[in-house]
Amino acid sequence: MSLNEQVLSYPIPGDAALEPPAEWAELRGKCPVAHVKLPSGDQATLLTRYEDVKQVLADPRFTRRLNAPDAARMSAEGGGVFNSEMATIIPDGGEEHQHWRRLVGKWFTAKRMTALRPAMAEIAERLIDDMVKRGRPGDLKASLGFPLPVYVICDMLGVPAADRDRFSYWSDTLLNLTRYGQAEIEAAQGEFVQYMSEHIAAKRAEPGDDLLSALIAAGGPEDGGLSDIQILVTGMALLVAGHETTANMIGKMVSMLLADRSRWERLLADPSLIRTAVEETLRLDANSGFGLPRYLREETEVSGTVLPRGTTVVCSMAAANRDESAFEAAAEMDLSRSPNPHLAFGAGAHSCLGQALARTELQVVLEVLLRKLPSLELAVPVEELERVEGLAVGGLRTVPVRW
Amino acid sequence: MKVTVDEAKCCGAGQCVLIAPEVFDQREDDGIVILLEPEPGEEQHALVRVAAAVCPAAAIGLS
Repeated sequence: MSLNEQVLSYPIPGDAALEPPAEWAELRGKCPVAHVKLPSGDQATLLTRYEDVKQVLADPRFTRRLNAPDAARMSAEGGGVFNSEMATIIPDGGEEHQHWRRLVGKWFTAKRMTALRPAMAEIAERLIDDMVKRGRPGDLKASLGFPLPVYVICDMLGVPAADRDRFSYWSDTLLNLTRYGQAEIEAAQGEFVQYMSEHIAAKRAEPGDDLLSALIAAGGPEDGGLSDIQILVTGMALLVAGHETTANMIGKMVSMLLADRSRWERLLADPSLIRTAVEETLRLDANSGFGLPRYLREETEVSGTVLPRGTTVVCSMAAANRDESAFEAAAEMDLSRSPNPHLAFGAGAHSCLGQALARTELQVVLEVLLRKLPSLELAVPVEELERVEGLAVGGLRTVPVRW
Repeated sequence: MKVTVDEAKCCGAGQCVLIAPEVFDQREDDGIVILLEPEPGEEQHALVRVAAAVCPAAAIGLS
């Protein structure tokens, strides 16, 4: 049976931790609009070509209303973060979305992120020192990749980093599509809502110099601010988004650069390549997770195929980022590739709000690692790196390194 | 080179500011793009082209 006739199971399992599944190239070439079966058993339409993914992500007809009655559920347990009712509290589109985006977005400007660089570098240095003290080999994910973004986002939101183990668990129950049962997910979300409500009440009583205090100070909807429930959900969403994504990417980025150590050596010889190297690892991340689902409220055409109203589309940005028609030598890692208009952060009005934060964190981590641990190398053969399964956001279990 | 920006399209990703800070900035109150230099000097052209190519909202125009 050819790919055109069979229904693929999605996500498509990858054999090697850092390499793409062979199906991606075949889908892009022969079946750019493919039927797939999700973990829930529901069907969806998978897009893998660069132009299609870019166009759909920027097209407001493809909505984020994954809680519609006929939308595909991502997993048997209801669908975690994508199908959650929570997702509907932040406006989905139009002027209301733009208003929300601009209120929150001002905290994530490039300039603000640049101003955070020295503090990020200090955290990175401290975490690396601790890892070195514990001796070789170390786990770069647990020692550096995970804690750094958590410290940074906790600081921005004014929540205590000491509670990070609880955030990690709550975040995992929202982002893991297969690991938890419905009761467990609901209990965790209940606790998370309770925690964030209390935190916001405390900020209301005693404002600090943080994003949530500023959102509260902006007043309610009548004053051009957000409603209480929107502030609550914004706080939860930012905490979750600031958690797993960059945390996992740090481990994947370093693994990709060490997998062929000539890459690491090239960066040691020319640290001015750090910016473009970070972008190239984002582009080539073969384990970026589920992709972005969208729900279609009206009939539309993509790549010559008519998609009926009610279709759930899954955009695979990772497959699109390896499209030969968009990138020269797309399968090759070119540390100086520029421009690199990859879709790792999405595209259009909904593209990642925290992308300047993520980029800055990745650049700072790489810069500090190259400076402090130039002898860094993987402590296991690259074939032994293992993926975390089931996450909406992909990652590696551990990243064993020595120096 | 003439640069234009579309504020309505801009999603505040900040890529242009990270790449060409002498040509682009972001407003303090909502993160939307500010065009500092509509006719940037020759030495900025390469950076501005990169910024326009990677803008996730396709909000930067060049002519």
